[in-house]
Amino acid sequence: MNVNEVPQDERDLKHDGRINKLMYAVDKDGKYTGINSAGWEAENFALEQAWEDIDEALVKVEAQVKAGALSPIVYFMQKNLMDIALLANYSGKWQWQVKRHFKPSVFKSLSPEMLGKYARIFNVTVDELVNFGKDKGKS
Amino acid sequence: MIIENFKHYQHAHCESGVSANLLRHEGIGISEPMAFGIGAGIFFGHLPFLKVNGTPGTTYRIWPGAIFKRVAQRLGVKVHTEKFSDPQKAMKALDDVLATGKPVGMLGSVFYLPYLPEAFRFHFNAHNFVAYGKENGEYLISDPILQTVARISPEDLMKARFAKGTPEPKGFMYYIEGVSSDINMAKAIEKGIKQVCFFMLTPPIPWFGNKGINLLANRIKDYPKKLEPRKAALYLGNVIRMQEEIGTGGAGFRYLYAAFLQEAGQLLKNDELLKCSEELTRIGDNWRNFAYRAARIMKERKSGLVSYDELSDLLKKCGADEKVLFKRLEKMKLQ
Repeated sequence: MNVNEVPQDERDLKHDGRINKLMYAVDKDGKYTGINSAGWEAENFALEQAWEDIDEALVKVEAQVKAGALSPIVYFMQKNLMDIALLANYSGKWQWQVKRHFKPSVFKSLSPEMLGKYARIFNVTVDELVNFGKDKGKS
Repeated sequence: MIIENFKHYQHAHCESGVSANLLRHEGIGISEPMAFGIGAGIFFGHLPFLKVNGTPGTTYRIWPGAIFKRVAQRLGVKVHTEKFSDPQKAMKALDDVLATGKPVGMLGSVFYLPYLPEAFRFHFNAHNFVAYGKENGEYLISDPILQTVARISPEDLMKARFAKGTPEPKGFMYYIEGVSSDINMAKAIEKGIKQVCFFMLTPPIPWFGNKGINLLANRIKDYPKKLEPRKAALYLGNVIRMQEEIGTGGAGFRYLYAAFLQEAGQLLKNDELLKCSEELTRIGDNWRNFAYRAARIMKERKSGLVSYDELSDLLKKCGADEKVLFKRLEKMKLQ
């Protein structure tokens, strides 16, 4: 890649800044040198696609939580880009236990300690966790 | 407490960047490509059975910590590395080393580094950065992929250092204890090159090294047959992201390694190394073309067999050309 081919496809995906990566490219004398890149179309697109997939899944799961089919744990797990294995690891529970907590009926009976633990893992307050998807919660 | 004379330089890749910054702080003038080459950082692995967030795992780099360890060893630098089971102890150990005036390299998850833009923050646990002080209750961070320095709260840093998943950083930290005055660059360069050749050419199992590239190429050919279009696009997207995101990647690594071969060639006055550098630049361009074409396919939602076939062929060509190149390097005498 030549210096003038270093991509400068600027794109602020989540609107909180970009990274001007350093890339190595060949200058007119054939010597390698570091050049900043504002971004590359191909990478931007792959990232965008990954986030679209996450966001679409979140909209679906939010509706299921509101309909009372799933507990808020599922929503926050996905919002934090975790799967069951990773959440089980963070919460110190078995996967089958975490899966049980996905049931609204089981979620209601969780101890304050367990709720506190989940809230810390998801970086929200216990209130935000418990009231997610309820009408007055407006989350 | 700030280590005043610590200088932050931006680099392409986190671990070779941290290695170069820490070594420079100790007075060893080394470029990032040199650290990457001597540390034998280039690698490939495709593990279809190891699913990361639901997609097959692909890695372009050697396991975390290896580059720093190798480059230090080969330059006769004495290092201290440590893992922890207790987060409090890990933070205390960090503070203690900082208090002695040593910058500290660390491993952490990108997800818990709020100074990075949100779009890049996935559960990627093998990111490297340096702490070079503590001020007003915040750690001063030199993250080699950023143009300038950053800050992080102790809570966030602890989360990043003790992220769960694969691999678990377990508070891994490292710093330089002492340097040797007697550095044999030619020997270090040769060792680095030979090791890379070994890892790329010799693994007997199909998932690693040059064979892994071929395996991934074969898998990509099957994506449209075996997966629904959406999933095929996601799998492909993951290959591209692992390749290009946050400097941990395919084409970028080829250019980084080509820059190393060029610098080594000039230093050792070896024309064959310079020629290999040029060849690898060309191969890097093909990797870039592969990523570019893959993104095109995803974008146009073309899921036809033909386009995935083309893509697979492009990748196979990258692999085949690299095999020739690494064989050339393997045979070379450098001292």
